[in-house]
Amino acid sequence: MKIIKVDVRVFATLRRYMPGYAIGEAKAIELPDGTTLEELRAQLKLPLDEVKVIMRNGIQAELEEKIEDGDRIAYVPAVGGG
Amino acid sequence: MAKQILRINMNDLSAVYEDVPEKWAKWAGRGLTSSIIADEVDPTCHPLGPNNKLAIAPGWVSGSPAAPSSGRTSFGAKSPLTGGIKEANSGGLSSQKIAKLGLAAIIIEGMPAKGKWYEIFIDKDGVKFEDAADLLGKGMYETAKLMWGKYDNKPAVIGIGPVGEMKLSNAGISVNDPENSPGRYAGRGGLGAVMGARGIKVMIVDDKGGPGVEVADKELFKIGRKKVAEAMGEHALTKKEGGLWQFGTNVLMNIVNEAGGLPTRNFSAGQFEGAAKISGETVKENIEARGGVGAYHHACHPGCIMQCSSIYPHEDGSEFVSVIEYETAFSLGSNCGIDDIEYIAQATWECNDIGLDTIEAGNAIAIAMDGGHLEFGDTDGALKLFDEMRNGTPLGRVLGQGVEATAKAFGVYRVPTVKGQSMPAYEPRAIKGIGVTYATTVMGADHTAGYTIAPEIAGVGGKVDPLDNTAKGELSLTFQAATAFIDSTGYCLFIAFPVLDIPEGWAGMAESVAGVTGLNITGDDVLTIGKEVLKIERLFNESAGFTPADDRLPEFMRDEALPPHNVKWDMEDEVLDSVFAWVHD
Repeated sequence: MKIIKVDVRVFATLRRYMPGYAIGEAKAIELPDGTTLEELRAQLKLPLDEVKVIMRNGIQAELEEKIEDGDRIAYVPAVGGG
Repeated sequence: MAKQILRINMNDLSAVYEDVPEKWAKWAGRGLTSSIIADEVDPTCHPLGPNNKLAIAPGWVSGSPAAPSSGRTSFGAKSPLTGGIKEANSGGLSSQKIAKLGLAAIIIEGMPAKGKWYEIFIDKDGVKFEDAADLLGKGMYETAKLMWGKYDNKPAVIGIGPVGEMKLSNAGISVNDPENSPGRYAGRGGLGAVMGARGIKVMIVDDKGGPGVEVADKELFKIGRKKVAEAMGEHALTKKEGGLWQFGTNVLMNIVNEAGGLPTRNFSAGQFEGAAKISGETVKENIEARGGVGAYHHACHPGCIMQCSSIYPHEDGSEFVSVIEYETAFSLGSNCGIDDIEYIAQATWECNDIGLDTIEAGNAIAIAMDGGHLEFGDTDGALKLFDEMRNGTPLGRVLGQGVEATAKAFGVYRVPTVKGQSMPAYEPRAIKGIGVTYATTVMGADHTAGYTIAPEIAGVGGKVDPLDNTAKGELSLTFQAATAFIDSTGYCLFIAFPVLDIPEGWAGMAESVAGVTGLNITGDDVLTIGKEVLKIERLFNESAGFTPADDRLPEFMRDEALPPHNVKWDMEDEVLDSVFAWVHD
């Protein structure tokens, strides 16, 4: 099976689920080709109700989207302000 | 007792209490300040001249018992920065205290004899004027401390720093917080210069013994405020331990950077390699590590349950500054190519003390960097520029006029302004809806005027693709209308996050207003009332000479592609012109 490599970042209130990484630091992960953003979320044990937005290469993405080799992925909790 | 208008005339140092005229009876907050300015100020007047006025108004629910997060004060005038109508609102102590004195608004008009400066004290017994010569040149930290030493009852301190005394277009109005820190600002648009032009260094408001705020329908108010509080307590962003409570507004830094919309090095890129080092997460880590007086959640006014403010300590735990907002971290940080959070804390303190809006101040320094006066990332050089502004040197006065004046002085064509006001922390080429707001609001480039970031970035109030132009005119107008309503309530605009996502909260917001005022309104009326405010403001600006050509983003954003998405501003002018076409229906 083809293996893809991606960078994953989590921010703010989601950081506690990916300990050991500095603020803004990416976790490099290898995944089977065809993995979805939802499957990666589950693998990282990020609670679904705390993930408000997912960004893939800086663009909002949906959970069912398949991840591609080299993607930069971020799971984002509720944010706002101004 | 019906609320009154306090009219202060600086020509003869008189103060008169007037009944609220019928035409203003339903308004408060921004709706009231904009009505006052539209009715009483000649749109063509010079903002610093004798015909401009400064209107100050608490919102509908400010000062009412236990309305959560409802301490916003609206300040309105014709803006020296934009030349149009301006409302800038602030947290801090002033809103609730003005309201509890039974005042719907304070109107300040006239100008004293040249060279005369005053300290104005307002309490239940009336208004006192004192010569303020000995306060001149003082920063707001010292001024606020002196006022709390002089007056009892921990009053509200509304003041201007040295740049306000110089009547520079980037002078804001400072309001103290519950710890008497002066870091709450009606910052944007140079309203501190309007206050300075009236000869007022500082106003003190003591509400002790005041009549308080009457609640017309206590039961309805109770129902409404409970719904608002529950929505805030439930929403992941505004609840205790939520995003704002833990990280403040700077929770946005990493996210907007990830979205490629973080203005960097004078709006030449949408991602900053140093974003993490100046993010809310870093601020929180430092606060926790340093201890002392540091606090990563802090209320900027009594009764705030979101507590998005913080107190940033020095390494020894003593107080450094409150508060490093996202806007501040962007303008003083990424937009200057600076990733040093200690510099940003110091520069924020300087802005608070000198009396500057942090957004315009940081952006003006970024222009000076782009123009070759100093290198991007030069923190020592940037700190010297604050000294120039504080001391009123010729260079300091140019910088204190904001981005456009600085760009002319340094021959810079990349000028990120609309209507003379520089852009806040969201790149409109990468986030199209906020670009429509920047272009079309009467306020000049202002994110708070119609915060489409909620659906475009944060997934609040729906989800919308930030890079897509589709339907962004309608989106911006809806947010501008909702904002004009919320800015009139006295609630913090951040209640928008929970009430947009939780319908009961939206209804409760309107019910709490109806409960206090007796106005017959529900959640269905919010946008209609907001549009009434927008229309008043829009017509003022048209009379001041604004045309559709003023509702445009700067040329360079159409020409230069913004990395990392390599996008240009490509919104059709017809979309921008459609946003306020209804005003003349």
